[in-house]
Amino acid sequence: MITLSHYLALGALLFCLSVIGIFLNRKNVIILLMCIELMLLSVNMNFVAFSYFLGDGAGQIFVFFILTVAAAEAAIGLAILVVLFRNRSTINVADLDALKG
Amino acid sequence: MDKLQIATPEIFLLAATCAVLIVGLFAQARSNTVYWLSQLTLVITLGLSLLQIGDESATGLSGAYTMDILSVSLKNWILVIAIGIFLYSRDYIGNRKIARSEYFVLGLFAVSGMMIMTSATHMLTVYLGLELLALSQYAMVALHRDNGEASEAAMKYFVLGALASGMLLYGMSMIYGATGSLNLSVIGDILAGNAQNLTDARTIGARFGLTFLIVGIAFKLGAVPFHMWVPDVYDGAPTSVTMFISTAPKIAAFAMLIRLLVGGLETLNADWQQMLAILSALSMVLGNLVAIAQNNIKRMLAYSTISHVGFLLMGIVGVTSAGYSAAMFYAITYAFTTLAAFGVLLAVSREGFEADQLTDLAGLGRRHALLATVMLLAMISLAGVPPAVGFYAKLTVLESAVNAGFTWLALLGVFTSVVGAFYYLRIIKIMFFDEPVDSTEVSPAGDVTAALALNGLAVIGLGLAPGLVMSACIAAFA
Repeated sequence: MITLSHYLALGALLFCLSVIGIFLNRKNVIILLMCIELMLLSVNMNFVAFSYFLGDGAGQIFVFFILTVAAAEAAIGLAILVVLFRNRSTINVADLDALKG
Repeated sequence: MDKLQIATPEIFLLAATCAVLIVGLFAQARSNTVYWLSQLTLVITLGLSLLQIGDESATGLSGAYTMDILSVSLKNWILVIAIGIFLYSRDYIGNRKIARSEYFVLGLFAVSGMMIMTSATHMLTVYLGLELLALSQYAMVALHRDNGEASEAAMKYFVLGALASGMLLYGMSMIYGATGSLNLSVIGDILAGNAQNLTDARTIGARFGLTFLIVGIAFKLGAVPFHMWVPDVYDGAPTSVTMFISTAPKIAAFAMLIRLLVGGLETLNADWQQMLAILSALSMVLGNLVAIAQNNIKRMLAYSTISHVGFLLMGIVGVTSAGYSAAMFYAITYAFTTLAAFGVLLAVSREGFEADQLTDLAGLGRRHALLATVMLLAMISLAGVPPAVGFYAKLTVLESAVNAGFTWLALLGVFTSVVGAFYYLRIIKIMFFDEPVDSTEVSPAGDVTAALALNGLAVIGLGLAPGLVMSACIAAFA
């Protein structure tokens, strides 16, 4: 029997994977974008699971909005990536060091 | 429809923005058509929003949208500041290879995002308003296409901003799971009904979600330790965009903080109070200390923003309505004081020259006395010297923190402000006592000069008569 906690554990696992991916990845900006998508999908998993077990539709409607925003976000992220590549000829994360935080 | 009229200004703004977007496609590249249309849109929206002053508070659109004193007065300020931003950036944008109609259209979309954030009382509207603002800002940072630093800053901003949104969403999903509702006032009632039982599964779930929510909000505000994007983005973005990011969105982020923490999760205030106190203390210390070491004005103002966010949070940690009003006053006055500072930087810049090093301001007092005076007023206000408005803003925040028992935090705030005064006063010294390095004439357009003078007058005038704004801030939390 799959219970709510199984879904939540999966959601949490995916979320942790995506955060770790963002912080450990030093190679490729595209992998960062993939991690961001994964993070939003893990949240969707949470929302759908809660929505199903609570018997309340609002969570699933929220998921539609998150999916739409995620698409817009990916579009802007890739656009910035293209601009970055034209200026720097690299998408290596370790090379993004002209500005020192 | 369900009280659609409470959202009249936003509906008009969105429709007009789409129209401006279409006009922008056909407008001449060097003409100011889109600029004037955008200003007209903002002025009409401001008019519609001003009409709502004094209206009965109402919640509509299935509980997702609220019009109350808080939202109406914050919206008015956001719109006024946006008009100033567009005016100051017009010539800067025109002199550079920055797509001008896109700048104004994205700015208008960002303004509608901010207006939605101030009125949102449902987690879905909070999220959508936030993303509308954030996505427009990412694109605006990258607008200077041939500039490598701008695109690098945009990438960093995008990745960290998306991470913050993810954290915020994860927190929202947990709170939804714990309470079974996305409506913030319903969440507030459910948690209040459970207030006695802090180990209840519901409350624990909500407290878990709250932690993620705070991380997300702190990222958006730029509070330490979630501040790493602020200096890079401020430095890399075109100055007009830096001005945009550092002014009005702070007001919107304040509104989001109030809606989520005070409107929804006030029962859990014992938890968020501690977290905000730590964020506030770290922000004030780190922001003020690191700002001293900066030679780039934009980076210096970035660290100054971080320290001011610390002050803003100090007003909220007390969990008193006096504290919220003080923080609201702080957010509003901070936004238009920074607007004046960046306005001067933009006026001093010209084609092919960026005024972003401290030495670029050397001798400004002799080159253009009015600009130097406006900058002087902005700096003493940010430093908190009376009679500028920053003094009164700091005073009310400190007073509320002391009254709420956070004396240590208030003392830390005073000490770090003294440290911070050094770098603000250094700019004044450079402007008035150093020899000009660059003797090119500074000649901003007439309307820009007039607006800057008015902005400087507001900084000093509201310091002398703070009641004009403070009364609305107190009414918002009465």
